[in-house]
Amino acid sequence: MIRLTEVTKRYGETLAVDRISLEVPTGEVSVLIGPSGCGKTTTLRMINRLIEPTSGLIEIDGEDVMSVSPEELRRRIGYVIQSVGLFPHLTVAENIATVPRLLGWKRERIASRVRELLAVVGLEPAEYAEKYPRQLSGGQAQRVGVARALAADPPVLLMDEPFGAVDPLTRERLQAAFERIQREVRKTVVLVTHDVDEAIRLGDRIALMRTGRLEQYDAPEALLDHPASKFVHDFVGADRALKRLGRVRVADVMRTDVVMTADGTRKIDVAACSGGRFVYLVDDDGVLEGWVDCRVLAAGTPAEEAGTRVDWREAAATPDTTLKDALSQMLGLGFRDLAVVDDRGRLLGEVSLRAIEQTMSGSDAHVSNLAEGEVLGAPADTGEGEVE
Amino acid sequence: MSATGRRYASAAGALALVVAFAWLVAQQPLWERALSAIFPGSANPVYPGVTLADLVVRHLAIVGFSSGLTMLVGIPLGVWVTRPSGADFREVVAAAVDFGQTFPPIAVLALMVPILGFGLGPAIVALFLYGLFPVVSNTVAGIEGVPRTLVDAARGMGMGRARILLTLEVPLAARVIMAGVRTSVVINIGTATVAAAVGAGGLGDPIIRGINVQNFAYVLQGATAAALLAVVADSLLAVTERLLTPRGLEA
Ligand SMILES: Nc1ncnc2c1ncn2[C@@H]1O[C@H](COP(=O)(O)OP(=O)(O)OP(=O)(O)O)[C@@H](O)[C@H]1O
Ligand SMILES: [Mg+2]
Repeated sequence: MIRLTEVTKRYGETLAVDRISLEVPTGEVSVLIGPSGCGKTTTLRMINRLIEPTSGLIEIDGEDVMSVSPEELRRRIGYVIQSVGLFPHLTVAENIATVPRLLGWKRERIASRVRELLAVVGLEPAEYAEKYPRQLSGGQAQRVGVARALAADPPVLLMDEPFGAVDPLTRERLQAAFERIQREVRKTVVLVTHDVDEAIRLGDRIALMRTGRLEQYDAPEALLDHPASKFVHDFVGADRALKRLGRVRVADVMRTDVVMTADGTRKIDVAACSGGRFVYLVDDDGVLEGWVDCRVLAAGTPAEEAGTRVDWREAAATPDTTLKDALSQMLGLGFRDLAVVDDRGRLLGEVSLRAIEQTMSGSDAHVSNLAEGEVLGAPADTGEGEVE
Repeated sequence: MSATGRRYASAAGALALVVAFAWLVAQQPLWERALSAIFPGSANPVYPGVTLADLVVRHLAIVGFSSGLTMLVGIPLGVWVTRPSGADFREVVAAAVDFGQTFPPIAVLALMVPILGFGLGPAIVALFLYGLFPVVSNTVAGIEGVPRTLVDAARGMGMGRARILLTLEVPLAARVIMAGVRTSVVINIGTATVAAAVGAGGLGDPIIRGINVQNFAYVLQGATAAALLAVVADSLLAVTERLLTPRGLEA
């Protein structure tokens, strides 16, 4: 557990951080968010003493951080920054090995830990261990940055805009990877972000800051439903019901009883549909290749023509996708149902607009009506335009 | 060619140049014939009493001592002014090394003679001061060119200041520091010819004697050897610079 009590940081006349008190329970993610210059980075860096507080108390598991030497303290705290900060003259493996080396681990132990961590962050160890940072994409570098922070298995992780410098798609993947890793490793995390959706998606709690003060510290749902001030309300934005969808994963509402076939379109007839809207086409490994629309089939179109071929990378969600992202994907593609695949494209099920709507109406009827008008009016499916 | 292959190839090239130079310098009869051919009217076109090889060795000793001292003092000095403890002295050091380079070395020589007498002593002091500027300024530039975010990441992971300096800042700055050393040494090889004026010897001897006795064959001899030496040293140091560049930074 991390506990800040009345922590203040003053730079001359500026109060960068003004009497902040908050607690991050062990194994949870707290997100610091707020306008630029509100003191997020300063707060974060006081936890590992890169900045010394002017006053106040910071404890990790009940121990005052000021009672430990800064170097020793920092080796127990993983640290990830937006610019990643990989050492360009060292290989990926050497970068990850930084803290274990400082701690004097044995060579073999370091090597096996590096391999393990590369796998954890989704990079093939054999391919990436000996690469240099300049040979990595932004997203890969960010993954290595996370692996490096996790190297010595620190109980606490501090992340300053860790997914800030990458494109939206890469960011989405990194967030999903972070969620997956966090489910396994259960670190006590403080994460700084500018992005409300990221905060809602990743945070168990959100600390909204404003000019050095803590405006509200609450679970995302509470922040959305019961903003403590107009500032919080405005910061979160008007589309609160939509934001709330960022808390729910596709895995929570998807159907898995979908019909699929690895035999192509030849054997598909109306009987094969058995109630579902689609028959999904997969290859021998179960990787999504397309689907056949049963309604089109029922209208007498032969299966070969009723089929749609797709690239699963573009036209499917994963179980970790938030409903918010799934919804915007559906709107973008003009689909009412979205296939759900794993990270190698194997079909797991489907998520429907109806299921998303039900999630919304469960929490906010007004917005559900709104969605009815806007979303259901959109052309459904692949543009056959049944709502014309 | 692979990066490693290119490293070896350039190292081999520089070594071949060193060997060729050593061989050429040792060919006293060849020099005699060449100089006689160029100056057919001259009775004694070859600098007497000492072989060219001996002059080169002496020259190298002067350059080696002074440049060695320059590096030994210049690099730590440059590092020190980038540390919190030396930051206050930064301007002073910059001004001092700048002055060291603008002050004519021949004047330093003259000023040093009353203190250190004739010979190697004043020569080494003058050349040491003259060569400091590129070493110190490149060391400062190299260290300060290391992105702050890297130093920040290193501190955030619990690396101490000394370790950050030795394992992060110096390796990343090595190429720039070496470029300063290279400039300094190459300038030094040419400038060291004036050391002969205070009796330090070296390739300046035939040049100064040649001017005094109006024998331009002597001048040509010393100047050619010094110029070739500078070229060889430059390529050797260029290779060193390359070898000191961390793999991860190569294009
Ligand atoms: N070293 C410093 N000296 C003086 N003022 C500082 C210093 N560091 C930060 N500040 C001030 O403290 C305040 C908080 O800065 P901080 O970096 O914590 O903001 P932030 O919330 O992380 O902003 P951003 O979202 O832009 O990263 C700002 O007003 C900043 O100008
Ligand atoms: Mg910041």
